[in-house]
Amino acid sequence: MGNTQKAAAPRGRRVTALTAAVLLGSATAACGAAETENTPGVTDDTVTIGTHHPLTGPAAGGFASISAATSAYFEYINDNGGIHGRDIEYIVRDDAYSPSNTQSVVRELVQQEDIFALVNGLGTPTHSSVLEYLDQNDVPDLFVSSGSLVWNQPDEFPNTFGYNADYVTEGAALGQYILDSEDDPTICLLGQDDDFGESMLEGVEGAVGDDGVAEVQWYSTANEDVTAQIGAMQSAGCDANILATINGFTALALGTAAQLQYEPNWYASSSGGDYPTLVDHLGDAAPLLEGLISVNYLQNTPESDWYELFEDVNEEYNGGAAFTGNTTYGMSVAYVFAETLARTGEEPTREAIVETLASGEVVGNGIVPLTYAEDDHFGNRTVQIAVVEDEVQDFIDYAYQVTDGEPEAVEPDPVPLENEGIPSH
Amino acid sequence: MKNIFLRAALITVLLLALTFLFDSFRNYQLAVIAATFCTVAGLSLLIGLTGQLSLGHAVLMASGGYGYALSAGPAADAGVDGSALVLIGILGAIMLSGAVGTLLGLASARLRGPYLAGLTLALVIALPAFASQLRILGGEQGLSAPYVAVPELLQSFIAPEQWHAWIAVLIAALTVTPLAVMRAGRAGLRMRAVHGDETAARLSGVVPGRVKVGAFIASSLAAGMGGAALCIITQSVTPGGYDLAFSLLLLVAAVVGGLGSISGAAVGSALIVLLPWLIDTAISAADISSALQHRLSGNLTLLIFGILVIVVTIMWPGGLAGAVQSRFVRRRRRRTRTADKPEHATTS
Amino acid sequence: METFVFLFATGVSRGLVIALFALSLVIIWRAARIINFAQAAMAIVAVFVAFTVVGLTGSYWAGLIAALATGALLGAIIERGLIRRVPHVTPLPGMIVAIGLVMVLQAGLGILFGPEHRPVQAPFSESPFVVAGIPVLSPYDLFVLVVALAVLVGLGLLFNRSTLGLQLRASAVAPEVSRLLGVRVPRMVTIGWMLSASVAALAALLLVPTELGLSAHSADILFVQAFTVAVLGGLDSPIGALLGGLIVGVLITMVTGYLGAGYAPLAVLALLTAVLLIRPGGIFALKEARTA
Repeated sequence: MGNTQKAAAPRGRRVTALTAAVLLGSATAACGAAETENTPGVTDDTVTIGTHHPLTGPAAGGFASISAATSAYFEYINDNGGIHGRDIEYIVRDDAYSPSNTQSVVRELVQQEDIFALVNGLGTPTHSSVLEYLDQNDVPDLFVSSGSLVWNQPDEFPNTFGYNADYVTEGAALGQYILDSEDDPTICLLGQDDDFGESMLEGVEGAVGDDGVAEVQWYSTANEDVTAQIGAMQSAGCDANILATINGFTALALGTAAQLQYEPNWYASSSGGDYPTLVDHLGDAAPLLEGLISVNYLQNTPESDWYELFEDVNEEYNGGAAFTGNTTYGMSVAYVFAETLARTGEEPTREAIVETLASGEVVGNGIVPLTYAEDDHFGNRTVQIAVVEDEVQDFIDYAYQVTDGEPEAVEPDPVPLENEGIPSH
Repeated sequence: MKNIFLRAALITVLLLALTFLFDSFRNYQLAVIAATFCTVAGLSLLIGLTGQLSLGHAVLMASGGYGYALSAGPAADAGVDGSALVLIGILGAIMLSGAVGTLLGLASARLRGPYLAGLTLALVIALPAFASQLRILGGEQGLSAPYVAVPELLQSFIAPEQWHAWIAVLIAALTVTPLAVMRAGRAGLRMRAVHGDETAARLSGVVPGRVKVGAFIASSLAAGMGGAALCIITQSVTPGGYDLAFSLLLLVAAVVGGLGSISGAAVGSALIVLLPWLIDTAISAADISSALQHRLSGNLTLLIFGILVIVVTIMWPGGLAGAVQSRFVRRRRRRTRTADKPEHATTS
Repeated sequence: METFVFLFATGVSRGLVIALFALSLVIIWRAARIINFAQAAMAIVAVFVAFTVVGLTGSYWAGLIAALATGALLGAIIERGLIRRVPHVTPLPGMIVAIGLVMVLQAGLGILFGPEHRPVQAPFSESPFVVAGIPVLSPYDLFVLVVALAVLVGLGLLFNRSTLGLQLRASAVAPEVSRLLGVRVPRMVTIGWMLSASVAALAALLLVPTELGLSAHSADILFVQAFTVAVLGGLDSPIGALLGGLIVGVLITMVTGYLGAGYAPLAVLALLTAVLLIRPGGIFALKEARTA
């Protein structure tokens, strides 16, 4: 593909020529880099992967800590011998949650940094904008950080796999849990006015019926005032409110409702129900979180050995950053990629790693083993209910597996920690 | 006038030839610069010559992108491909950006500087809302546009990115050359007259309203062409890509390059595409903690852009291009004012 | 009806903060003929200082004073250090420098404090009083109301009844004549900047406890809404800023409550377009707009 001829840079007097010279200079410089073997991003002692996350801009607050946690866990793995003797190099590029930036940084990662795979690209609007590009260039697009159903199109995008439990699954599980645990609830939903909110609503309606949702209110991230929406839910008599919200807006919703002396039960998604993050947002108002119900598919509980390991890695490799759901999430992503790479064998290729994932052999570290398959590119189809009680968020015994939008109660089957979290297959 | 065409043709051919020396990422960057150049050139002329400050050029560029996707998409479904497809798409881009631009232009003729800035600012903020309320625009995920493949004849020696760079460079040439002609001719004079003193302009027979509307429409079409080019390169158009931050970035390009100057617009466009990438590369190569890298990434670029805008506006009102050029000019003809310095041209 | 009253009350309290910020834009326009795009970023810097002071002293009032003082100081530094050096032929270069300043300040805050939102508490309860079963204004809303009205009345007196106010207005409208009459125009411009930045800092300080928390971007939307309001009311008109703020605040809340959050920016755009088409200088535009 790339053209590797060298030429004397024309000494132009016009500005355009000058620009070209700058481009050319860097082009020839890049050509000096060592050519690897057939597989991009893989050398004898490294595997280079990359991602796009918002590190600046308004969205950065909620997500910037994820990639830091992932990087930390990869460092931990590398310090313990890497995978098949190779270190994992994780390149994180800032896209400020803007699709035009995403397009340019992802091209840079693929064409310039020569990454082996894109891992955990974050955000629905951002990542959608590079889906086709990654497909055309046969770049494995693994563990996308969003629960949009877009990632699950094995026929069109055979290399793309979602990581989060999809939003429909979370909505269906929350809806079913409300039916299982409350008498005669008035179920309502506050949703983000995009794919996230709409898919959650679809899931909830799948579980409780189309007319089972009494009131639906939408918010937009551009307006940090949800008083009007919460007021509407209050006057509609809602008492079981499902939140298709990100953490900041979960906190806003709870805070606003408390101001209105409105005390319904709250049901949050995994993207908006992280206790430590919510405590940060609410400050002194944190007691409002008591009784908050949420779902998760990762072992985000102090009971778990994984949690303990992650805390240690966070201390040692992440400068003791605040430990939140983002930490568990980011490190789990790192683990599951490392496991996939390990299972792919001594000589990983792009086709082979996609095949490994589609074969269903990757187990992960969640509350049940992953269920990726040829025809299903989501692996987290089971979510467990968690409750905040006495300032601790922990799982209760309810878990639901959602197939085609139909929730079914199942037993959690957490994947045990082995070999101190260093995959060795 | 002849000079302009000759120069445009030369630069175009030179750039097309250069694509053979670039790898695919450089060609992608060149294509993005060319697309941005269309928009920035139009914006720079609008602000520099007529003094109308638009913060909404991201929306005009987006309407070009949406116009392209909305017309090229169905055309591709109907089996059209190749250059016919691109032409249909561009026609759609021209129609939509022209329509939006005309509406805004009519408003702009009535509004003075800050009021126009306020209206265009509100417009940029409303774009995501438009996209999610008008289902035809595809919500926050936007629309995808058909992939323009390399013609079979050329496939053996031209990569897709290079082909897209060709298309973008040609679009830029077709967009910016008319702007340059306009700037050098009577229309340019009229625009400067309106900027300097509307009353005086009126006395000498120029109708300020008409000139302002005309300038705004021309600038909108250029932005629309840029949007179409970007849509061809990235095969998609999303509201999130054309937010306020991007709109301000376009303004940065126009200001830093030199308001009212075409070559300045080229410098500015290259700067806003290349600088973030250069700084990011430098940061990730630097031997600092990853936490610090995270904080510097993006923010450092923003900081440098901010400083550039301030320094250029205060010290070299002609922009970087003007600063370089005027040094040569000064050496030769000390007392001639360059046309690239609208501020100076209007103070007399 | 209940919903209407509730939404109306909510809109009013939101609108007051917008009005206050819009007022700060009007002050600076009147004093220096410039739209200060950096107003939000400057205000947020002041709020960061304010909450550092609150953290150290434990007193909200100390923080409030710190915000006002930091605002004034920033206003003076930026006017003397930057804006004064900008060519003043048209308002354009000043606006562009201010946009550059936004980038510098936000990037600086991002590098120093990171992207996280810091939780911020209101000094008064945010639980509204319930009147006839409908929740209306909270003590905090009342506090905002009182502060906003006090600032409005204070500024009204300053501009219309005091020599300083007269000098401020005179030096903005006719700098040359004022100079001939012995007004120290440059000093008046600096005072205008200080006054304006203080009011903006106050508005941002009042806003932040009602939002997600404090970050470099906390006042971005407030600025956009306030700028819209200032344009709507007429950049020269403090009354326009107040009324415009209330109208936009209520409009946003009503549209959000009845139609959905997604329609709010569209409604604001529609209102702005309609007003500007009928009155290009805003609702309360001076009769004869000065050309140039």
